[in-house]
Amino acid sequence: MTAATVARVSPAAALQQTLTLSWRSLVQIRHNPMELLDLSITPIMFVLLFTYVFGGAIADSPQQYLQFMLPGIIVQNTIFATMYTGMGLNSDLTKGVFDRLRSLPIARSAPLAGRILADTVKQAWAIALLLAIGFALGFRAPGGVLGILAATGLMLLFALAAAWIAVLVGVLASDPEKVQVYGFTVMFPLTFTSNIFVQTESMPGWLQAWVKVNPVTLLADAMRGLMVGGPVARPVVLSLVWGAVIALVFAPLAVRAVRRRV
Amino acid sequence: MTHATSTGPAIVAEGLVKRFGDTTALDGVDLEVASGTVLGVLGPNGAGKTTAVRILATLLRPDAGRAVVAGHDLAAAPHRVREAIGLTGQYAAVDETLTGAENMLLIGRLLGLSRTAARARGADLLGRFGLADAAQRAAKTYSGGMRRRLDLAASLVGSPRVLYLDEPTTGLDPRSRNDLWDIVRGLVADGVTVLLTTQYLDEADRLADDIVVIDHGRVIATGTPAELKARTGAQTLSVRPADAAHLPTVAAALAALDHAAPETSGDQVSVRVADADVLPHLVRRLDADGVAVAELSLRNPSLDEVFLSLTGRPAESGAAQNEVPA
Repeated sequence: MTAATVARVSPAAALQQTLTLSWRSLVQIRHNPMELLDLSITPIMFVLLFTYVFGGAIADSPQQYLQFMLPGIIVQNTIFATMYTGMGLNSDLTKGVFDRLRSLPIARSAPLAGRILADTVKQAWAIALLLAIGFALGFRAPGGVLGILAATGLMLLFALAAAWIAVLVGVLASDPEKVQVYGFTVMFPLTFTSNIFVQTESMPGWLQAWVKVNPVTLLADAMRGLMVGGPVARPVVLSLVWGAVIALVFAPLAVRAVRRRV
Repeated sequence: MTHATSTGPAIVAEGLVKRFGDTTALDGVDLEVASGTVLGVLGPNGAGKTTAVRILATLLRPDAGRAVVAGHDLAAAPHRVREAIGLTGQYAAVDETLTGAENMLLIGRLLGLSRTAARARGADLLGRFGLADAAQRAAKTYSGGMRRRLDLAASLVGSPRVLYLDEPTTGLDPRSRNDLWDIVRGLVADGVTVLLTTQYLDEADRLADDIVVIDHGRVIATGTPAELKARTGAQTLSVRPADAAHLPTVAAALAALDHAAPETSGDQVSVRVADADVLPHLVRRLDADGVAVAELSLRNPSLDEVFLSLTGRPAESGAAQNEVPA
């Protein structure tokens, strides 16, 4: 089939369509302030609670604990936030919006790409908010602006890979609430069996074995290394490897599931 | 863009087959819709109507068969098909969190209009469908009828030449249904070709030039509404006695006319008759029995009756369970 007989979407048009669909996801926030509240209040609450309730008990002082915990809480919050991609996609599928979009002469990738791009923007916003709260409470980043940007970039890159899991769940679930249930039953243990809140050494041996290879631990270590100090190369590389593996496994599964569902 | 009034059919489908696991949703469906006409696709729930629409809208790939929509082959040039079609689904597919105007802007922008042009096109269509006042409100605050109109407006942004309406009035109140019918008539007057699926026979009767009846994934009858009604051959004879006490007498008289069993509903008795010649006999007999008749009518079958005789079950039996609380 030649290009003359089959019209295709030019890359520029595909980008425009992706941006338009991102705009749509972001404009939703304006009409649904609960989502913004969810995006903003939860991280703020977590930082405040963990710093002042657990800080003194786990570390020597809230201040010291904040240095350890803030990078980890960014990881947890961002990974949780990937579920929004699944919930939004599921809602589009069940309400017929996805069909409407696919019946338009637009790039086949635009609906998914637009949603994921918008969710990346939301995650960046939440990371910025967490860092702002952290700095207000006394978090210090010797890694400087560059370290913060690198850590944020790594986090968002990993979130892009994790988004494929969310897409798969979003397609397979029968309604948005089920996506949320998944979020709690899988994401909670996944993020808590890591070193984001406490040192690995404080846990029983069998748990340590998992905690040490948990991508959440590795990501938290990488972000600590980049922002606060400590080893960088190993956790960054291993985080990227995890991200690549997740994307390689789940992207094909998710794409296949989308094709089947629609 | 003006609507190309090509003389050829707007939709031709041949032997469409679609299976989902063990279920055969479509079992070799042929369709043809002339440009600028309305084809009503009738059938009970699960007959395959929506599957047919989804295939013709490029959302599903058929397992067998081919179709040409607006001159473009579905399989070879789906993008071209998408450029020519508009789709309004059974469930109003608008983004509920966005306002009416934002929904229209979204579609306009996706179709390549500039921001200004997309806004203008959106405002124009919202105005035409009586949604101008609600344009700045989130779609989730709309009534069911308003949502359907917004959905339809959204599917018209690209001035489609072929419009699919998949059960557009399911769950709507009669007033909203009438509004939607008027809109569809206006579109057809402008040259748009419409493929309408419905469970409501009066809807097909009022809107469609031609009707295809689908059951169990197969076309079981085609024709104009008049042809389909003529096909069953039987007319319905109804008698309403002045005095309800005479109902059993009337029923007995009607039973004596033909082989069919008369049905009493409310204050009248009806029976299906194959031959209008029975009328004089009936009048004489009722007169002899001393029955005063308030009303006596002989009428052609309704599409409901046609449907019943074609499929062996009433058309709207499943409709109540399927209504969308939109």
